[in-house]
Amino acid sequence: MSSSAVTTAFAKAAAENRAALVGYLPAGFPDKDTGIKAALAMARAGADVIEVGLPYSDPLMDGPVIADAVYRSLKGGTRVKDVLDTVAAISTAGTAALVMTYWNPVDHYGVAAFARDLASAGGSGLITPDLTPEESGDWPRVSDEHDLDRVYLVAPSSPHARIAAITRLCRGFVYAASLMGITGTRDSVSAGAAGLVARTREHTTLPVAVGLGVSTPEQAHEVAGFADGVIVGSAFVRRLAAAPTPQDGIAAVRELTEALAVGVRRG
Amino acid sequence: MDKTSPPARRPAEPDIAPVPDGTGHFGEFGGLFAPESLMAALEQLAKEYEAARHDPRFRAELDDLLRDYASRPTRVTEAKRFGAEHAGGCRVLLKREDLAHTGSHKINNVLGQVLLTKRMSKTRVIAETGAGQHGVATATACALLGLECAVYMGEEDTRRQALNVSRMRMLGAEVIPVTAGTRTLKDAMNEAFRDWVTTVDYTHYCIGSVGGPHPFPMMVRDFQRIIGVEAREQVLSLTGRLPDAVVACVGGGSNAIGVFHAFIPDGGVRLVGCEAGGDGDAPGRNAATLTYGSTGVLHGMRTYVLQDDEGQTLDTHSISAGLDYPGVGPEHSWLKDTGRAEYRSVSDAEAMEGFAALCRTEGIIPAIESSHALAGAMRVGRELGPEGLILVNLSGRGDKDVATASAWFGV
Repeated sequence: MSSSAVTTAFAKAAAENRAALVGYLPAGFPDKDTGIKAALAMARAGADVIEVGLPYSDPLMDGPVIADAVYRSLKGGTRVKDVLDTVAAISTAGTAALVMTYWNPVDHYGVAAFARDLASAGGSGLITPDLTPEESGDWPRVSDEHDLDRVYLVAPSSPHARIAAITRLCRGFVYAASLMGITGTRDSVSAGAAGLVARTREHTTLPVAVGLGVSTPEQAHEVAGFADGVIVGSAFVRRLAAAPTPQDGIAAVRELTEALAVGVRRG
Repeated sequence: MDKTSPPARRPAEPDIAPVPDGTGHFGEFGGLFAPESLMAALEQLAKEYEAARHDPRFRAELDDLLRDYASRPTRVTEAKRFGAEHAGGCRVLLKREDLAHTGSHKINNVLGQVLLTKRMSKTRVIAETGAGQHGVATATACALLGLECAVYMGEEDTRRQALNVSRMRMLGAEVIPVTAGTRTLKDAMNEAFRDWVTTVDYTHYCIGSVGGPHPFPMMVRDFQRIIGVEAREQVLSLTGRLPDAVVACVGGGSNAIGVFHAFIPDGGVRLVGCEAGGDGDAPGRNAATLTYGSTGVLHGMRTYVLQDDEGQTLDTHSISAGLDYPGVGPEHSWLKDTGRAEYRSVSDAEAMEGFAALCRTEGIIPAIESSHALAGAMRVGRELGPEGLILVNLSGRGDKDVATASAWFGV
């Protein structure tokens, strides 16, 4: 297996004694161009990996902030092509870009075609929150053929047998959902997150990144104490949504990224 | 044994092909597409359900509730004037699920799932509802068994099914209007899943249709198949033969699977599902998933979905809130593709014609959902003629729909 851009990004962060910072933005929000600029600002300000959300009509793992953003993105006419353009812009700038997507748009596009087009856009792989190992079908084989990462989620409720099965299929990193719930900011990091990361490490040598409910530099610092990566989504989307102008939104994303990039340093 | 109160025993029934498989697949359909956070709960549910269905005490408790509380078996009524005047002279029999407690077939499934909730030592039940019939049934069973209950309902549906909102609140349930998307059943289901992911430790999600991730499509079917098991025996004893066709409305498809299932091995019996044709065949103007949809993944299952060219779920329209859904239970997708069942699109206008016909010829006000089946029976009856025999599943009563119907007919 060759080393993907995501693997390289996690290794670089580890060498610098910090957790990798993974930032999420939905493509096409608030519009395609601003979304791309915000992602590039995020990359320049210290994000190691960027998750580009593929807007979907029924985002049942997402809380109101991201659900509203993807709804608006879809209303604005965002299509898979726009998602791939966003990925291409990020990867051309030298930052690893993964697509975060519910399964139906990929299924409908055709798994092989999607993998081919994602790879040719320079994308690193997929994060698939509603795809189980059991239903993965051709995706493991096709992603190997295109050298794409496969990021599945583990949850606090996952028993060892499932963590073993899931991590066996993962490539790039493992996404540990810090809590039982949907996306959105929380006041504190869930007490179960560290234990889940430890349980996951019993089954894999892949990096383990923690997401769901992480939004502040303090929380990022806490998570960096026990995980290889820190995933932040809703906090960025909220800033973009609240900004009076696109420029203000991009600036707010940059500022939060800079603060989080300090937060993920260990010691 | 007390002859006035026969047990709701399950009559001898034909063997059914063993679908789904162990992980919920009906051919290529069904399965389990769910966030990992729910997997432990889904596995627990599958295991508990498997244990419960073989536990004589669970079955006895459910049978007692179905008989003494829900009034099963429900009757079969011959609709003589309806058949003669509106269905080509065909003989039409109605399976009277409208006479079950709470006014629809939904109670059959809910009693089973709420007993399972108790068995899993969970204290709270959530549900999605479109027309409100499943919400009312869930609120009812939770009141009976002392469980906390929250029902998600699209805001649009809370308006057009206001009577059922009042009923649910009267029964002690919290009704949560959902303002996302098209504010109908699909969005209520999204919101119920979001609740469940967060509260799964102590909450059971009581899905009302034969959809969702495994084991729901199988389990809800099993709880609903009593409709067809009873009806098959009733039709045989009433007429001495099997019907030529069994007709039911299909939204998610629980009442249809319920009445179809016992007839699946009877090759000579046509199984006819009537989908909501809305006011046209253009995308967004109907909810006829099996007629206009394509295969995809929605709400945890692979099934037919009304979706656009990029796999985004389409908006739907139907005059009936209960059929206004862009997916369908995976077993229906399988029955369609295997050719065992046929599915037809019935427009709003045809359904309302069926509604009016039953009101005026039989003195029964049907739910608008069930009126789609009545309209389908009118068509099938004209095809079969006077020698034909049709069983229609009258899945619910129409009290909740009188405002919509009054507006439609201008009365």
